[in-house]
Amino acid sequence: MKLSYTVLEGEYARAGEASSAVKKVLKQLAVPANVIRKIAVAMFEAEINMVIHANGGVIDVDILPDKVFIQLVDTGPGIPDIEKAKQEGFSTASDEARDLGFGAGMGIPNMMKNSDFFNIKSEVGKGTTVEIAVNL
Amino acid sequence: MENINKRHSVELIPDKCIGCTDCIKRCPTEAIRVRNSKATIDENLCIDCGVCIRVCRNHAKRAVTNSLDVIRDERFKYRVVIPAPSLYSQFLRNTSINAVLTALKRIGFDDVLEVSRAAEMITAETVKILTEEECPKPMISSACPAVIRLMAMRFPSLMDNIMPVSAPIDVAASAARQMAMRKGYEPDEIGVFFISPCSAKATAAMYPIGMDKSDVDGVISIADVYLPLRNIMAKLDPSEYEDLCQRSFEGMGWAATGGESADPRIENAIAVDGLENVIRVLEQVEDGQLDDVDFIEANACMSGCVGGPLTVINGYVARNILKKVRQNAASIPPCRERTVDIPRGSVSLRLKNRISPANHMRFGQDMGEAIKNMEDIEAIYAELPHIDCGSCGAPNCNAFAEDVVLDGIPVEDCIFMMRRKVKELAEEMADLAAKMPQTMTGEKAGN
Ligand SMILES: Nc1ncnc2c1ncn2[C@@H]1O[C@H](COP(=O)(O)OP(=O)(O)O)[C@@H](O)[C@H]1O
Ligand code: SF4
Ligand code: SF4
Ligand SMILES: [Mg+2]
Repeated sequence: MKLSYTVLEGEYARAGEASSAVKKVLKQLAVPANVIRKIAVAMFEAEINMVIHANGGVIDVDILPDKVFIQLVDTGPGIPDIEKAKQEGFSTASDEARDLGFGAGMGIPNMMKNSDFFNIKSEVGKGTTVEIAVNL
Repeated sequence: MENINKRHSVELIPDKCIGCTDCIKRCPTEAIRVRNSKATIDENLCIDCGVCIRVCRNHAKRAVTNSLDVIRDERFKYRVVIPAPSLYSQFLRNTSINAVLTALKRIGFDDVLEVSRAAEMITAETVKILTEEECPKPMISSACPAVIRLMAMRFPSLMDNIMPVSAPIDVAASAARQMAMRKGYEPDEIGVFFISPCSAKATAAMYPIGMDKSDVDGVISIADVYLPLRNIMAKLDPSEYEDLCQRSFEGMGWAATGGESADPRIENAIAVDGLENVIRVLEQVEDGQLDDVDFIEANACMSGCVGGPLTVINGYVARNILKKVRQNAASIPPCRERTVDIPRGSVSLRLKNRISPANHMRFGQDMGEAIKNMEDIEAIYAELPHIDCGSCGAPNCNAFAEDVVLDGIPVEDCIFMMRRKVKELAEEMADLAAKMPQTMTGEKAGN
């Protein structure tokens, strides 16, 4: 089944609502707890990045009998050096984001650790697309 | 592993229920539906939090507990009462613990053992687990049974984060029975009675979580014991107070939010109360946002157990009284004899069984079926007005869409869908009425 969410720019307080909604559906589908936890962590981090680094965007989720596929598309500033962004602890988060507890530079590493397929494409000035798949 | 979500103390009093939408909208797990003008509770979803008892203006919900008469049951030759510390917070004009405990004995109990004493042993065990043992972070308190049941249902991925310690009630109950046995009574001659602030603890006392059997023989609500106690306390002269208090001042703190995690050895702790807030914090744990926290104290009730659904006075006022009670109690000189009532090693401080997730597969027996059902639910939901009016007997349009697909409830139970159907039918009838039979169309001959 397909689910779609719009993430709004600058809505720090509401960041995480989409991952929450997906978690709810996965629990209703009786997806095993450890798999839900992986999806929750990976999707939450990607959703937060859309809010703190870009200007919101669109999340499409496809739940299939054997895997969950999540695509997050934003039209934000893009990432100049993706290899660097993947490193643990690397962060360009603003003070504002850090004050809210984000910006530890563990987001992308956690997405990679908690997914069975991970892909990030980005073009400076155009935007970033993150794809995450977790097997059920 | 055991399924803890099957036993309940909360129930409906059908004669009093008028079938309004107050409780269906407030139940945190959407467990209530109105069917045939009466509220019905889905036992798979109810966590015994008691919110519906609190919000029903017709007093049509109650927690099944024992009446005070249970202490006169002939079976019991020796009756020990184990009061939850929240009981002490209920008396505006008398903040002496010994007054409360003496009055309890006058009601007809032979002895008293304070649950707060057991709570202190659990604190020590909690600190030990947090500081000396390998455990996932954050650990989440197992003290509020409503929260544990919520987690079993909604947060299956956090089962390993539940602090594997016994509930203070179970420790106190087992110690109380042993105390009476040391006095020469046979186990089945001893009655152990818990005074409870809530429905969740009432259920858990009778059917303990993570344990094989309960040492509690009866549960009496604070509300039921309140007036008799108050009346005795009003007549007691301070010179008549027996020294029954076990000096468990820290343990008494458990009755209000923050008390359980107050121990300075617990470094990074969060204390959260109110089910909505608890859910929000658990969501964050699940998203890996609170991995640097050691311990989460979570209470279903605002203010903690002093605000429980079976208490009598306002939880915020009670919290202040509890503070005074603890201060007063701290001025009672130490008494060695009673503080050693629970010998070390005599009671089990750890949960025996793992708590398992309570998955009841409401959406389907396998993923394929569940996905299909969810898609059907989405399709029905899209048709609904999304104003969550409750007239259909479900708490919101989404829950109603689930009921239509999963329980076969007719979609016309939604008054908007009904009106739409009527309109469509009326239009169809108008169309039909406009149609002329073949014999009447065409020009008539002979004009
Ligand atoms: N959607 C995005 N748009 C622009 N930059 C991004 C985006 N996601 C990640 N980044 C960049 O990658 C860095 C590392 O991301 P992450 O590992 O999540 O750490 P953090 O978010 O804590 O900074 C970010 O600091 C940011 O520079
Ligand atoms: S006790 Fe709580 S969970 Fe159970 S029906 Fe009432 S409000 Fe819902
Ligand atoms: S917070 Fe205390 S009173 Fe309220 S449901 Fe939980 S255990 Fe019962
Ligand atoms: Mg990030």
